[in-house]
Amino acid sequence: MKVAVCINHVPDTETKVKVGPDGLAIDKTGVNFMLSPYDEFAVEEGLRIREKFRGEVVAISLGPESHKETLRKALAMGADRAVLLKDEGVRDSCGVAAGLADELKSLAPDVILFGKQSIDYDDGQVGTLVAEMLGLPSVSVVVKMDIQDGKVVCDREIEGGHETVETKLPAVFTAQKGLNDPRYPSLKGIMAAKTKPIEEKAALPAAVRVAAIRMRKPAAKNPGRIIGTDKSAVAELVRLLHEEAKVI
Amino acid sequence: MKVLAFAEQRENKFKKSSLEAVQAARRLADSLGGTVVALVAGSGVEVIAAELGPYGANQVIAVDQPDLARYSSTACAKVIATVAEQQGAEIVVLSASQMGKDVAPRVAEKLKAGLAADCVALTMEDQVLVATRPVFAGKALLDVSITTPVKVYTLRPNVFTATPGSGVAAVEKISVALGAEDFGSVVIDAKVATGRPDVTEADMIVSGGRGMKGPEHFALVEQLADVLGAAVGASRAVVDAGWRPHSEQVGQTGKTVSPMLYIACGISGAVQHLAGMSSSRFIVAINKDKDAPIFQMADYGIVGDVFEVLPELTAQLKQALGR
Repeated sequence: MKVAVCINHVPDTETKVKVGPDGLAIDKTGVNFMLSPYDEFAVEEGLRIREKFRGEVVAISLGPESHKETLRKALAMGADRAVLLKDEGVRDSCGVAAGLADELKSLAPDVILFGKQSIDYDDGQVGTLVAEMLGLPSVSVVVKMDIQDGKVVCDREIEGGHETVETKLPAVFTAQKGLNDPRYPSLKGIMAAKTKPIEEKAALPAAVRVAAIRMRKPAAKNPGRIIGTDKSAVAELVRLLHEEAKVI
Repeated sequence: MKVLAFAEQRENKFKKSSLEAVQAARRLADSLGGTVVALVAGSGVEVIAAELGPYGANQVIAVDQPDLARYSSTACAKVIATVAEQQGAEIVVLSASQMGKDVAPRVAEKLKAGLAADCVALTMEDQVLVATRPVFAGKALLDVSITTPVKVYTLRPNVFTATPGSGVAAVEKISVALGAEDFGSVVIDAKVATGRPDVTEADMIVSGGRGMKGPEHFALVEQLADVLGAAVGASRAVVDAGWRPHSEQVGQTGKTVSPMLYIACGISGAVQHLAGMSSSRFIVAINKDKDAPIFQMADYGIVGDVFEVLPELTAQLKQALGR
C-alpha cells in the first residue's frame, strides 16, 4: 500500500499573531513553526496503515525551504521518504491543491491523507480540492478509518454526531483529532530521519483565484467588568444577562 | 446576475445555517442588483422547498430524486455545479457546515472558481465583493477578493442572520442525471445525538476547563447548559486529559465558535482557547484566579470558586427562566 501524507508547516498555537509589514500576512519574526496538529493525525494514520498492510509512507509539503523541518518531523515519526515542492510565493488553497495534485498524479498513492485543516489559514479545503482535481473520492473530518479489501469505512464528524461513509481506494481522507494518538518520534527515529531522503522539486505554478487584500487584527474587545468575588454576584450577573446583554 | 444559495437539509429539515446562507445571498443580490436562486437537493425535499421564500429566495430549485437520499460529496457537488451552470450563477453561497465544507471545494473546482471558506462578512468595497475570513483561529482577519468569473463562498454558521420575511419563491423541480461513478463515497449511516446542540451551531455555550478539577464535576457545567438549552464546550487541557470528548473542544485545535453567550467555567484562557471563542457576542468568565487572561476577554467576570458560583447560577437561571 502506498500512502501519501500531505503536511504543512505552521506557526505554533501559542503564537501571538502580528500583522507583517506588507499588511497581507503575519510577521514571522520570532514565531516558532511546527507540523500542523491535524497533519500529525494524518501522519500517524499513514504509519498505522503501513504497519498493517506494508508499503511506504511518503510525506509531501508545498512551500519554502523551511518546510523541510516539518518533513523531518514526519520522517522522524516513521515516514519512509519526503518530497518538498518548493515555492516561495503566496498561494490560495486552489493553488496549493494544484501543486500537490500534480505531484500526487505521478506518485499514484492508494491512500492520500491530509489534516482536516491547516491551522494557519484554516481553509480546510485543500484535501477535498486535491481529490476533485484527481477525480478521486474523499472523506473529510475523519475520526475513524477501517480499510478492508480496498474498501474503506470511515466515521466523519458532523454537527452533533457522526456519519459513517463508505468508499473505495484510491481515495483522499482528511484527519480530525480523535482519529488516533500520534506517536512521539523516538531518538532512533530522529537519528534515522537525518539520513532519509527529502526530494526537492519546483512546485507546479498555479493561477491565483483568491487575492488577499489585507490582514488585520480583530477589533479589540472592551475590557470586561468584574462583578463580584463570590456567589453573591450571581444575582447581578443574571440581571445583566437579562437587561443589558439581553441574551436570556 | 444570479446568486445561487445551496440550502442544506438533513432528514428533510433545513438547517438554520442554510437559511443564513439564503439570506446572505439575498443581501448580496440586493447590493449587486440580481436575483437569488436557492437549491435544495435530496429525496422527498420538494415539499420543503417553498420554506426558503421568506428568507429571500426568488426561486427554489428542488433536485428531488431517490438517489440523493444518502449524501455523497461527489454527487452533491455535481448537482450544485450543474444547477449553477444551468442558471448562469456568478456567485454560489453555501454554509461552512460540515457538509458545506465537504462539498464546496468540489463545486469550486468544477466551476473553475475561486473559493473563500468560512467567511464571517461579505461587503462591497469600491464595486469589489470583499470576503472576510478569520485566520489563525480568529487571531487575525483576512480580507480577500475572488478574481475568477464565478465565485464560491462558504459562510460560518451562526454569524449571518436568518430572519423570515414575507417573500414567496416559485418552486421548480428538476432532475440531474447521476451515475454510479458520481457516488465515489456514500454515507451509509448517521448518528446524531439528540439533546444538547453542537458547539458550532449553539446560541449559547457553557464551557469547562481544568478548574473543574475532574470529569465528574462536569455535571455542574451540564446542568447549567441544560437550563439554558446551551451546548457544552471544553478546553484543550480537559479534552487531552480525556475528561471530555474532542467534539466539544473549543480553540485553535478544536472548534471556533461564535455564540450569543459563552460562559467559561474554570478556564484560564490560553491564547489558543481565546482564539476559538473571542467572536462570541457576550462572554462570562468564572474563575478563582483574578489574573486569568480570560477576564481580559470577558464582558462579565466573577472571580470566585466555580463550585460555589455554578450551582447558584444554575438555580437562579432556572427560576428566572421558569424551567
